[in-house]
Amino acid sequence: MNDKRMVDRPGFVLAFRLLAAFCACVPLLVLATNIASHSLGPDPGQEVTESLGLAAFQLLIVTLCMTPLKRWTGWVGWIRVRRMLGLFAFFYAVLHVLAFLQFILGWSDLWATFTKRPYIVAGALSFFMLVPLALTSTKGMMRRLGKSWKGLHKLIYLIAITAWVHFIWQARSDIGEMVAYGLVIVGLLALRWKWSGARGLIPFARG
Amino acid sequence: MFIKKRPSWALPHSEVTPESVYLNRRQFMSGTVAFAAGLSMPGLLSAAELPVPGESLDYVAMPGFSTDEKKTPFEDVTRYNNFYEFGTGKGDPARYADEMSVDPWSVVVEGECGRPGEYALEDLLKPHEYQERVYRLRCVEAWSMVIPWIGVPLADIIKRLEPNSRAKYVYFETLYDPDQMRGQRSLFSTIDWPYQEGLRMDEAMNELSFLAVGLYGKTMPNQNGAPIRLVVPWKYGFKSIKSIVKIRFQEERPKTTWEMLAPQEYGFYANVNPEVDHPRWSQKRERRLPSGLLSPNWMKTVKFNGYGEQVADLYKGMDLSKFY
Repeated sequence: MNDKRMVDRPGFVLAFRLLAAFCACVPLLVLATNIASHSLGPDPGQEVTESLGLAAFQLLIVTLCMTPLKRWTGWVGWIRVRRMLGLFAFFYAVLHVLAFLQFILGWSDLWATFTKRPYIVAGALSFFMLVPLALTSTKGMMRRLGKSWKGLHKLIYLIAITAWVHFIWQARSDIGEMVAYGLVIVGLLALRWKWSGARGLIPFARG
Repeated sequence: MFIKKRPSWALPHSEVTPESVYLNRRQFMSGTVAFAAGLSMPGLLSAAELPVPGESLDYVAMPGFSTDEKKTPFEDVTRYNNFYEFGTGKGDPARYADEMSVDPWSVVVEGECGRPGEYALEDLLKPHEYQERVYRLRCVEAWSMVIPWIGVPLADIIKRLEPNSRAKYVYFETLYDPDQMRGQRSLFSTIDWPYQEGLRMDEAMNELSFLAVGLYGKTMPNQNGAPIRLVVPWKYGFKSIKSIVKIRFQEERPKTTWEMLAPQEYGFYANVNPEVDHPRWSQKRERRLPSGLLSPNWMKTVKFNGYGEQVADLYKGMDLSKFY
């Protein structure tokens, strides 16, 4: 028998990564299907923008689940998909921003929109904080940044919060769904707190 | 007595839309659908083959109260709704409003008037002839539709109820019945049900104010506010309260639902006004639905939704950025 557990074999981990990649593509596939079958209702631009934003938010949360899953199960597969899922979250966020600019804003009123609308400010903040994380996600950048890489990537916790604020500020009256997401985020951040104290949550702080 | 009647009001029965013309609408709509498909406007192809549900109503067309703008297709008018009593998703009302029973229906009339009481809907409507008016509807969320409503001028009904001199405002209330309205059962809803709206008396008596009982020639679909709803086309859509069960005449200005929920965002007047932005988004433009993905149907929003000629006088001397 191989000295490695089946789940630790490279083939298995590769299959898991492919599966994760496929799952991360599902929101895009669903959206493409709905666009092709004209089933987005009379205001498809709004629908497309909302579902891309929600996909980005959900993938962000899924990404935050990987480290706890690794700690609980001891399996490295979770960590092997973490960067990819984070990049998928960024990918959806980029599409979301483009869809917002094209379908909702029509590229007008940009300045007023990004300065005077609180929920847009929260969304834009989240997006701009994601950019350096995506840019420094490569192995080379990890090496070059050394210890500060981890400090920088703790931004993800702040992003989870600002992204949540971006959603809850748009709710007009029924906040049930966002309360649920909020509880999940609080739980995920609380775990980090438990593992490495409050400093574990603060970007650039030595953890 | 309050109303300046236009000549178009007194249309003879010969002006009633002939059935052939009415049926042609279907043809027109199929054409629209073919066009729409090309513009990637969704959801219409299969639906267009279905007949418009509901009972046919007899009505008089009111060209003086209509627009030539392209009507929003029935399928979109009835599947894209804000009716939070049935959920906050745009598709929720179409999905769940069937859980509401609208027959029998009665409306309580109370307050400063000569004929208070509980009226069966039929009795409230009986003396009146139905009219068809094609109005623009501008939602505060910056989308809009063009809808052919069937109904009765609000002023005609109000006059019969004999409001007295203390009646400065009219208050309206939507049905409160959590058993039939799942949105009212939601634990996380921040709305204090029932939904409440109001108009100043002169606004209510304006010739544009309309109590609608149907659309596209048929009885009102539940998701659009059956069996009777308000339509005040120069105001944002949320003023046009649905499924009305109470009308009260009162001296003090009523508090309205959205005003109570977020007073800095939604005022009592809620007149369509591109000069006064919503704190969270611009009101300068609107997307006329159906809007295509590749061709977003943007247009400039017009003050009072284009009905300034009829209503601007109501607000003379008022600072509309303060009384939004």
